[in-house]
Amino acid sequence: MSAPVFIAGTGAISAIGHSTAACLAALKNEAAGIGEMRYLDSVHRDELPVAEVKLSNEELSLLSGLAPGISRTAELGTIAAKEALENAGIGDVAQWRTGFISANSVGGMDKTENFYKAFLPDPTKGRLRDVVNHECGAVTEIVADQLGIKDYITTISTACSSSANSIFFGARLIRNNILDVVVAGGADALTKFTLNGFNTLMILDSEYCKPFDENRKGLNLGEGAGYVVLVSEKVAATLKENPSVKLSGYCNANDAYHQTASSPDGTGSYLAMSGALKRAGLQPADIGYINLHGTGTQNNDIAEGTAIKRLFDPRFPMMSSTKTFTGHTLGACGGIEAVFSIMALNNGIVYPNLRLETPMAALPFTPETKLVTGVDIKHVLSNSFGFGGNCSSLIFSKV
Amino acid sequence: MYIRATGNISPQESFGHGPLLETPVDHRGNRLNCIEPDYKEFIDVKLIRRMSRIIKMGVAAASECLREATLKNPDAIVTGTAYGCLEDTGIFLGRMVEQQETLLAPTAFIQSTHNTIGAQIALQLQCNNYNNAFVHRGFSFESALLDAMLLLKEGDAQHVLVGAIDEITNASHAILTRMGLYRHDNTASLHLLTTPQKGTVAGEGAAFFVLANAASATDYARLDALHTFYKPAGKEAIEKEIGRFLLNTGVGLNDIDLIIDGRNGDARHDATFNELEAGLFKDIPSAGFKHLCGEYPTASAFALWLATRIIKDEQIPAVLNVAKQPAALKKILVYNNHLNSHHSLLLVSAC
Repeated sequence: MSAPVFIAGTGAISAIGHSTAACLAALKNEAAGIGEMRYLDSVHRDELPVAEVKLSNEELSLLSGLAPGISRTAELGTIAAKEALENAGIGDVAQWRTGFISANSVGGMDKTENFYKAFLPDPTKGRLRDVVNHECGAVTEIVADQLGIKDYITTISTACSSSANSIFFGARLIRNNILDVVVAGGADALTKFTLNGFNTLMILDSEYCKPFDENRKGLNLGEGAGYVVLVSEKVAATLKENPSVKLSGYCNANDAYHQTASSPDGTGSYLAMSGALKRAGLQPADIGYINLHGTGTQNNDIAEGTAIKRLFDPRFPMMSSTKTFTGHTLGACGGIEAVFSIMALNNGIVYPNLRLETPMAALPFTPETKLVTGVDIKHVLSNSFGFGGNCSSLIFSKV
Repeated sequence: MYIRATGNISPQESFGHGPLLETPVDHRGNRLNCIEPDYKEFIDVKLIRRMSRIIKMGVAAASECLREATLKNPDAIVTGTAYGCLEDTGIFLGRMVEQQETLLAPTAFIQSTHNTIGAQIALQLQCNNYNNAFVHRGFSFESALLDAMLLLKEGDAQHVLVGAIDEITNASHAILTRMGLYRHDNTASLHLLTTPQKGTVAGEGAAFFVLANAASATDYARLDALHTFYKPAGKEAIEKEIGRFLLNTGVGLNDIDLIIDGRNGDARHDATFNELEAGLFKDIPSAGFKHLCGEYPTASAFALWLATRIIKDEQIPAVLNVAKQPAALKKILVYNNHLNSHHSLLLVSAC
């Protein structure tokens, strides 16, 4: 049951780049992707900054190869998942038992919103092709069909921890000898539904978010997709390049405190992180970098920070929230941040937590504010915590 | 794996462990709504007012299931839902469109996420353990079930609460009707499967199970195996998948006492089942179940409940119209198929 699961490839698209390499370059250059809303058509355009992928739906359609008019989430997912599979160099997926485990928070909602304008006043109106892919699973299947994956397909939706859970589940399917190769991660496009939902909760910052800052005011929403290709030892042995990273730990716990808010002491976060360490057989001191959930809301950062303090005090690893670059990409963040965590291991770097001015008074540590290079990190912990108390942590380790 | 307990809210009198489908409910039209219990017994009155129908159904079905299992804190809670919390999604979406993104209240949005039911169950139990939500169309329940079975196999859990929830709303029913899924006549639901034509009827339900890795004196049945396959090319591919499933589980066709199949009265959809009934499954008694619960992506959860109860009661209810009563009821194969693209096989055995 403890057979290793290797990372054979990565793919990402976010506000800071349309590929893994482009994202890495932006992370190194401290080039955040947050800005004025250009592609989402919302009345909040001038008040709420967002981290959009800098491509129109038409441009995404060209890049993904999907027909125009399909959900933006499917386009983002296809681009990142195709990159991951190409990057893995596996060749024909049909030679292995291959799965696609994806995640998203609202499926094809970006199109359903348009449908509802006509449907609401008259239920016989609205173009059905705008609602046919409303389901979360429908978006996954568009991508799976593009990848030619049939053996096992599913979708997880646990709010902001969705794609951490899909990577976790994919690894278990390999460990249980059900699959050999799994493309796992998630995708989410910005939608008015989500933007307005978060706005009613009053947790959106009208300026660029400042995670783990004493004066943080909320999060910025983002969009994108991130996937990893998980492979068994048997598949890894056939690859031209030996995988350099494995998924060594994972844990899913529930905060059981409130539908949207985290408990003040971060119970769920603590259980997820400590459980992942236990699964990996590691001590807190073994972790070289924590890719924080770090949304920038008052509530998340103090809960996550308190849990980190409890687990790591007095020796804290380097930490940062890359949501300062990409915004909070919801169902995609666990996938995108898994890709960033793997790149941190491969490149010996820690990304800066941008815009951090005043460290939080209640915490005895401060995330990195500048790019750190040339560090020998052996293990990275990646946190994804969400609505419904769903908390998941993953640990990526050098082979 | 052992099925320790069940809780099932459906369009039939299935809640509360009474006699199995003794007085079947014959619905009229193309929408089979659940018969809902009095929620006060399961949920705080203040919460009942705030919760949408699907959340109440899910929490109550889960509570009843845990009560039967005398289990306070399961080691994991895993849910499957294809459509999620449609009512709350529709409310927030509708107001957002009507009010042009202004003056919106958060409640419907908060309760619209697909993990709401699993989260509410965890909240009610103060359960900090593993919690996951699968949202993959006709595989939503099967994925949740696989996760639950793996958790037991891996030794990370002794008891898992696993279930599926889907609801019909006016909007979803209108949209799916326009897509051509449902009949337009005043079908009597109990005759759905004997009057094949174009279209089926909409269903919904909330069915939960406690799965355990060790046997107990009060188990309903054993869940031996699960297999799903996606978009099979045709009849040969389907037969190959079924054959491989049986081979992998070490079970022969003649070991199976009853097949519960996912026919839904839509002639286009039922062709697959008819071919199997005349071919591979020729000598095995079989029965459909969707005349009882309607068609919806997680209907297989109702079928698992039905198989579980039949094994426990050692009797097939008359409403299943099984022509040839099997000599014994030790093994039931559930073969469901949602919209011809999502196929699943479940093998349930007597303990």
